[in-house]
Amino acid sequence: MTELIIKNGFVYDPLNRIDGEKMDICIRDGKIVKTVKDSAKVVDASGMVVMPGGVDIHTHIAGGEVDSGRLLRPEDHVKDVEVKTAVTRSGVGYSIPSTFTTGYRYSRMGYTTAMNPSMAPLQARHTHEELSDTPMIDKASYPLLGDWWFSLEHIRDGLIKENAAHIAWMLKATRGYAIKIVNPGGLEAWGFGRNVHSIDDVVPNFGITPREIIRGLCKVNTMLNLPHTIHLHTNNLGQPGNYVTALESMKCVEDLARKDRPVMHITHIQFCAFKGEDWGRLSSGAEDIANYMNNHSHVTLDVGQVVFSDTTTMTADGPFQFGLYHLTGNKWVNHDVETETSGGIVPFRYKRTSAVHATQWSIALEIMLLVKDPWKIMMTTDHPNGGPFFSYPQIMTWYISKAARDKLFGKIHKRARKKSLLTSIDRELSLYELAIVTRAGQAKALGLKDKGHLGVGADADIAVYNINPELAAKKFVSARRAFEQAAYTIKDGEIVVKDGEVVKQVFGRTYWVDVETSMPHEVNDDIKKKFRDYWTVEYENYPIREGFLHTPAPIAVKAGV
Amino acid sequence: MITLIPKRVFKLPIEGKNISPDVFVKKSAKEIAALEMWEGNRKLSIGDLFDIKVDSSSSDEVTIKIEGNVSTVRNIGFRMSVGQVIVDGDAGMHLGEGMSGGSIVVSGNAGSWAGSEMKEGTIEIKGSAGDYIGAAYRGSTKGMKGGKVIIHGNAGHEVGCYMNGGLIKILGDVGIFAGIHMVNGTIFVQGTSQGRAGAQMTNGKIILAGHSEDVMPSFTIEDVKAKVKVDGEKIEGPFYQFTGDLADKGKGKIFVSKPKNPYLKSYEKYL
Repeated sequence: MTELIIKNGFVYDPLNRIDGEKMDICIRDGKIVKTVKDSAKVVDASGMVVMPGGVDIHTHIAGGEVDSGRLLRPEDHVKDVEVKTAVTRSGVGYSIPSTFTTGYRYSRMGYTTAMNPSMAPLQARHTHEELSDTPMIDKASYPLLGDWWFSLEHIRDGLIKENAAHIAWMLKATRGYAIKIVNPGGLEAWGFGRNVHSIDDVVPNFGITPREIIRGLCKVNTMLNLPHTIHLHTNNLGQPGNYVTALESMKCVEDLARKDRPVMHITHIQFCAFKGEDWGRLSSGAEDIANYMNNHSHVTLDVGQVVFSDTTTMTADGPFQFGLYHLTGNKWVNHDVETETSGGIVPFRYKRTSAVHATQWSIALEIMLLVKDPWKIMMTTDHPNGGPFFSYPQIMTWYISKAARDKLFGKIHKRARKKSLLTSIDRELSLYELAIVTRAGQAKALGLKDKGHLGVGADADIAVYNINPELAAKKFVSARRAFEQAAYTIKDGEIVVKDGEVVKQVFGRTYWVDVETSMPHEVNDDIKKKFRDYWTVEYENYPIREGFLHTPAPIAVKAGV
Repeated sequence: MITLIPKRVFKLPIEGKNISPDVFVKKSAKEIAALEMWEGNRKLSIGDLFDIKVDSSSSDEVTIKIEGNVSTVRNIGFRMSVGQVIVDGDAGMHLGEGMSGGSIVVSGNAGSWAGSEMKEGTIEIKGSAGDYIGAAYRGSTKGMKGGKVIIHGNAGHEVGCYMNGGLIKILGDVGIFAGIHMVNGTIFVQGTSQGRAGAQMTNGKIILAGHSEDVMPSFTIEDVKAKVKVDGEKIEGPFYQFTGDLADKGKGKIFVSKPKNPYLKSYEKYL
């Protein structure tokens, strides 16, 4: 029985409405408890900020695309080498760090949970192998089901219950956590060299529209009682004028809204908040999106902040990446995962001096600051698409300090400066709000009940930052350093990081959703025949077997069907 | 002058990043001997591998002389900015990588990647050199930016890959794909070229004064020039002047010797 007490910190725990109160946090056996004995080990956090461990809802840290990205970019690794220490293994960064380095760097920032949002079902084994090798954090993966043939067929034929049973089986087969939809219908069309350009375009060979796919899977999600909502990467991503598509996607599930919880999460909203007819006239659609968000509560967003750095873009959105390749002329990878999904990887440098990139930077900040309710919006960079995840501390300072924003604002492209709404926004997030957008809100949106808060019974995943809460906005440079190097990171009740150095290597859990349906998933000869005809893997060998995951943590869910 | 003499014949690869005037400057023989060096997977120090003699110490511009064969020692003169390195023998891979000043002279041969990503300074190799001279790191698009590499012998393949400035002068022969992806700068080859020079080049200049196996079909003839200027020196021709690589909308120039390549005469009708 190990006990720990964190003493005298300023605690920010938004899920329990604790706003900077000076109090002690007690830990026993990896859980937060009411009291501990006097013999408990003391962590002195006086003058410091105590928050739940960080939660990242959307970060590409494992899987086929990430690995192809690593192979594509030796020059990315050579400039950022991580030397081994007595407890950690060696590795490399930068925009696509190796698995161990990924874990260490998250942990140093006080993060304890990260969600890998894009897993081609066929590559589930590979993805989980990499996740099992990513230490320090709890993780989960979302299978790509927006262009999954069986699901599209069920939607075409109006078989919603069968679809739900099938998706439940798929989540189990891939050890998945949520339904990820990328450019619905577009990836299927991309297999034939085409794309869809609005949510009402017809998907070739299926005769359905992206609207029907989004709505169909949204209904399935509600039926299955999944902890997270559908996780949508919209159509037309990265195209000027696409904020209309984003708004239409939000509107199309308005009537499916639930009272207590949202029904849709739109990811990296910055990439689909572009106004203007072409790149030359690109401007911000942040105001329109924020207005909609302020009047509706069935959607949550994560921002996908752009950071000015050299990074590697990677999505399952093949046609989008093809466009990006033409824009940059850079080397690239195009993936076609059999019948399931596509993918693309293009190295990319975001420059302050580019009007488009600077506008993107501004859009993401505008959305974050214009959406009034912080529970509806989360901080991400869509790592590594907008920038590597270890630039989060810098982004946090932009949120909490206008001075930090203004400092960079003066250096960006003139045209972007002129168009930006940032000059008119004075809002600075409080540390309480910052805790919501970086951990509490993310845990809530994910339905992770034991994460993102410090109430009794929660997982003892805690970050302690050496920040004076009153001076954080003013002294943003030292705040950034403090967020980069957590004074303490506690994972499952153990001190794993001290003063920004990893002192203990632990392996987190891999969550997946084990859905129990009353209607069994029907395995007919048709499904088996399809696998035999179109997949390289037979149906019988397709699902991941028991014991494959390093530390599985199934979440049992009882479905409504 | 600081002299390093190998204590034995090296068989395993040695990481020699610390053999650089910038590192040795104002250090005593004892301090130099303690500098870290990896041989294979063993961590050693310079003193374990070399005998060290220090003649005059307190100069800002250090001259390092290596007497003996160090062909397995990599990264000699890594990112050096000043001073001189003289290798009296063969040098290993990545010689003078990323250097921004000073000079390196090798009396024997050098390995691949000599002068890769260099910015300024000179490298003179009296013998031959390997592949990727003045090139970019694997995967990178930023090759040699400036400075000079002079090779008296032959050079290997993909010399000047993604080169973005400076001069590579090869007095012997060169392999295939000289100046591939070249963006700027000059490559001069006195001997024969195995062909495909300038593939995907967008700008810059390649002068092939000897026989060339071919000129890529994505280059078009522009002119016949009597002489070409290289580094202030006039090279007598005449030369066929080609432009390309048109497949990449390139504006690079290749000058190919007319007397050494009579098979290119058929191009003259397009002038």
